[in-house]
Amino acid sequence: MKVVSKDLRRLVWGDRQADRVVPPTGFTAHLTVFAAGAMAFLAVFAMALSLASGRLAVRWGDELARSSTIRIVAPLDQRAAQTEAALGILQTTAGVAFARALDDAEQQALLAPWFGADLDLQALPVPRLIEVIEEDSGFDAAGLRLRLAAEVPGAVLDDHTQWRAPLVQAANRLKLLGWLSAALLGVSVAAMITLAANAALAANAQVIAVLRLVGATDRYIAQAFIRRFTLRAFGGALVGSVIAMTALLFLPAASDTGGFLTGLGFQGWHWFLPFTIPLLAACFAFFATGAAAGRALKRLA
Amino acid sequence: MIELNNVAYSYGGGALLSEISLKLAPGSFHFLTGPSGAGKTTLLKLCYGALLPTSGEVTFFGDDLRKMERDGIAVLRRRMGVVHQDCQFLNHLSVAENIALPLSVSGRHVDAAGDDLTELMAWVGLTHRADALPPELSGGERQRAALARAVIMSPDVILADEPTGNVDWEMSQRLLRLLVELNKMGKTVLVATHDLSLIRAAKSQVQARVLRIANQRVQLAGADL
Repeated sequence: MKVVSKDLRRLVWGDRQADRVVPPTGFTAHLTVFAAGAMAFLAVFAMALSLASGRLAVRWGDELARSSTIRIVAPLDQRAAQTEAALGILQTTAGVAFARALDDAEQQALLAPWFGADLDLQALPVPRLIEVIEEDSGFDAAGLRLRLAAEVPGAVLDDHTQWRAPLVQAANRLKLLGWLSAALLGVSVAAMITLAANAALAANAQVIAVLRLVGATDRYIAQAFIRRFTLRAFGGALVGSVIAMTALLFLPAASDTGGFLTGLGFQGWHWFLPFTIPLLAACFAFFATGAAAGRALKRLA
Repeated sequence: MIELNNVAYSYGGGALLSEISLKLAPGSFHFLTGPSGAGKTTLLKLCYGALLPTSGEVTFFGDDLRKMERDGIAVLRRRMGVVHQDCQFLNHLSVAENIALPLSVSGRHVDAAGDDLTELMAWVGLTHRADALPPELSGGERQRAALARAVIMSPDVILADEPTGNVDWEMSQRLLRLLVELNKMGKTVLVATHDLSLIRAAKSQVQARVLRIANQRVQLAGADL
């Protein structure tokens, strides 16, 4: 533990003498920082996408599973009576927590996007909707359908499963894809750093040989490279993440007019998650450079 | 200090060195000579652990090379100064920083050794070149810088591979005097060279033994030199 903390301290604060033994490389350094930044930027979006689809799946799964709708399709003069009858049946149905008929104003609001706000519902044979909220145990949909069919001929029970399931599945799939993308970006950062570190080690073969000759340990030599690439990956990824988060901050928020779509972005403590990306990039860089340096040094006498 | 016991070394093709037994005693001065390609550099590399013998054993200060870890060899090199014919430096650091490099890689503070460094630079005559970059140095200056770098840790042994290969006679005499001075300070010195006149010149200054590589073996050369 003591050794690790010493290493970590050396990694962060560095050893001015050790840093200088590897010659500075302007162009490739900038490329490494840029690539790390770009990947972090994409990773933040993949993460936001995953979290948003996760929220969507939970919302659809949760809220819609708890509710059903009964449509009363009946001639205008029988509609009120059939609605009453249906509500009566629902009150005696086990598993129904709450049931109520939507009033005209609510139905109008639902139809407004299609017909405009000035629609006169009385003039149209619009079915009456009854919102049914289930208890956790749920109710027996088939049994309820049979009872409704017997007593309220105009009632149609829609328990939402038909269209809910594929949506929840799609949202879950999207979430999975998002995490997969984030993971792939992480692996790409590691691959990119390995390539850059290998190139740097090859370009500095003479430096390494000289250091070996004058008694430098493998650890000392590797440290100079590891520190460099870890800091580059961390810095680049930090800038990329912050830019991506700023972009997400200025996305339009989820609103009622947006319908059931939730805002792409982070909510609550999720805003801290993108900060793990620079840390992960630094970890990947640390181990990738360490492995590359280890391989390169083993070949030297 | 360095002991080779019945050592053989072969490259992919065939044997280069065989049945080599050699003992470098503390304070001794050895020349290693032989035609080009005879294996002088290989023997020297065996002596500082850059190559492992194909058979036989090499011991440093009593420790078996085969049992040493890579870090052990690194620490060992701090007790040996090595000078190559084509000495390499870190080209982006100044001559002074290059000479102090063994100090910084072993974790010592270069600033603390300030006086030693100044003295050493004066001893090899490079004080005025302290801030120059290695590519700006002449062949002789490079060799002297390499020698200074080799001795800054005050090593017990100095191994030099053709240190005078790239310099004129005047400069090789100067390098030889530096090596002789180090030997008089108690350091063990092994110099590989094909330059017999250098060996003859040394004979008047120091009691040197001459080892010759011939037919894959090392023999103690007679007084004919």
